[in-house]
Amino acid sequence: MSPQVAGQIELLGQVLISGILLGGLYALIGLGMSLIMGVMKIINLAHGELMMVAMYMTYWAFTLLHVDPYVSLLMVCPAMFLFGLAIQRYLITPVMDAESVLPQNQVLLTVGLGLVLSNLALLLFTANYRSVPVSYASKTIYWDIKLGGQTISLSFSYPFLVAFGIAVALGALLFLFLGMTDTGRMIRATAQDKRAAALMGVNTRRITAITFGIGAALVGAAGALLDPVYYLYPQIGGPFTNKAFVITILGGLGNIPGAVLGGLVLGLAESLGSVYISLGYKDAFGFIIFVLVLIFLPRGLLGKGRA
Amino acid sequence: MGKRARAAVLLAAVVLFPIAVRNPYVLHLLILSMLWIVLGQSWNLLGGYTGQISYGHAAFFGVGAYTSAIMVKSGMSPAAAWSGLALGGVAAALVGLVIGWICFRLRGPYFSLSVLALAEVLRLTAVNWKSVTNGAEGILYIPAFTSKAAYYWIILALVAVNFLVIRAVMASKPGSYFLAIREDQDCAESLGIDTTRYKLLSLLLSAFFTGSAGAFYMNYMGFIDPGIVFSIADISIMMILVTMLGGAATRWGPAVGAVVYILVSELFRVWVGSGHILFFGILIIVIIIFFPQGIVGTLGAWRERRRRRASAGQQATKEAA
Repeated sequence: MSPQVAGQIELLGQVLISGILLGGLYALIGLGMSLIMGVMKIINLAHGELMMVAMYMTYWAFTLLHVDPYVSLLMVCPAMFLFGLAIQRYLITPVMDAESVLPQNQVLLTVGLGLVLSNLALLLFTANYRSVPVSYASKTIYWDIKLGGQTISLSFSYPFLVAFGIAVALGALLFLFLGMTDTGRMIRATAQDKRAAALMGVNTRRITAITFGIGAALVGAAGALLDPVYYLYPQIGGPFTNKAFVITILGGLGNIPGAVLGGLVLGLAESLGSVYISLGYKDAFGFIIFVLVLIFLPRGLLGKGRA
Repeated sequence: MGKRARAAVLLAAVVLFPIAVRNPYVLHLLILSMLWIVLGQSWNLLGGYTGQISYGHAAFFGVGAYTSAIMVKSGMSPAAAWSGLALGGVAAALVGLVIGWICFRLRGPYFSLSVLALAEVLRLTAVNWKSVTNGAEGILYIPAFTSKAAYYWIILALVAVNFLVIRAVMASKPGSYFLAIREDQDCAESLGIDTTRYKLLSLLLSAFFTGSAGAFYMNYMGFIDPGIVFSIADISIMMILVTMLGGAATRWGPAVGAVVYILVSELFRVWVGSGHILFFGILIIVIIIFFPQGIVGTLGAWRERRRRRASAGQQATKEAA
């Protein structure tokens, strides 16, 4: 094998690895969105902004208290859970009862909430880009493969690898929770048919609030995991909200396993597209896939979502 | 004076206003207000009357603005830039046709989200396609007129055309179909309404006028860049705010909302300096929770209640007598 071919294989391998690692984080963001979508039947357009809040929590925990971002997960997730619970209880629930001609009142509310959160962060923390300077930020692990007489060396970014591992663990926990616990079963029942669940004695209001809390905690975890490898600034939420709904549509609305697949597909698409097509359009690739899915597979990649 | 005479006097006053008042600042605020009246009314046609919520109308605004700007950049005369009012609208309507054709066959949030995605893709395209759009630098253009009065009359004409077209449409059959689609799509379909076609019609009209307003913005401001005209917070969401503030699905709501919006953002600019988007975000939440019918809708409901109480009172006295 010529060195050129080996170089090409190395590049492709590297792109796939970073795509999958990024996709793990995207999956975590998408899981929260999909869970909320399933139970509440709304797209949460403040999802990215919730992640931004968690990122600032992690940032301040590191800067003021010197807490490692991975340790602060233990604090950020419960805090985001309570935050989500409060938003659902005090902002979204009252709107469910309000009379309006517009059909998507609650979604509009999340739009307003997103504006408030990002501009509050702008006011409090200024527009400066910040980062969490952990000691292992640029640590990499190499993996050498012998192939046809050439050595292909693939690198794994340590913080990305850890983030991927934690994301997988959290995803697995979520599946166990949804499958094995009573609350998890109640969440699935509410997502399937709210009225029937209520008739079976499920307190759907409580379940809806808990679901929103879990969704916020999941995206909060993604924010904390993203902190060591990304910049943070008040407007970071918008692009991630867009990614979150792209993932949700890719997976099929409200389809939980689909959200994992959607996250991986989006991570790979961005990674492949920015290397082989153009870096400037990195954020557009997800949307292009999104439109293609809308045309050809409107029920999502797994074909089980609600069209 | 009769109702017609009063309307005629009011109309004459509005048309002749720039001759009497030459203060450029006052005219500027009025021009911006009228620009936002067009934007609010256009969003209201699709979102308020037809019930198809768009979170990305900046896509159409930006396409209109860039159509006009690219014509200027390619060395056409200022008169050609003004033809952007029509061409920008047509370009925006074509974009709307594509996205509507894809999304309106589906139900659920697909359309709302697709437009949001579309606005982002167009913004990225405008940033990256440097040879045509100048990229993030934007396009600068020396405005054709030095007096504000000219712009005042042009945007006034656009407001009038927009208002009359929407009123005519809503008074005709398609208008009733729009309302039927908003209220119950299944029911509308079972009555034989081609819902996809009428949603598309509503979108085309809405996109056309939004694009036309974008072209006006370009000609008036003399500068655009992708971050301004494709902005989610400053254009897409504010169009929703203007409509909801005044009252969605009401005839005068968007106009009231636009004037209040421009006044409030101007007060913020002068006295507070920043934070106006934070304020509008809070305002959106307050409106949705407490006044979902907006200013015009709430006033209307309030007046209706008072009238009913008065007539009930009359009836009671009559019965007593």
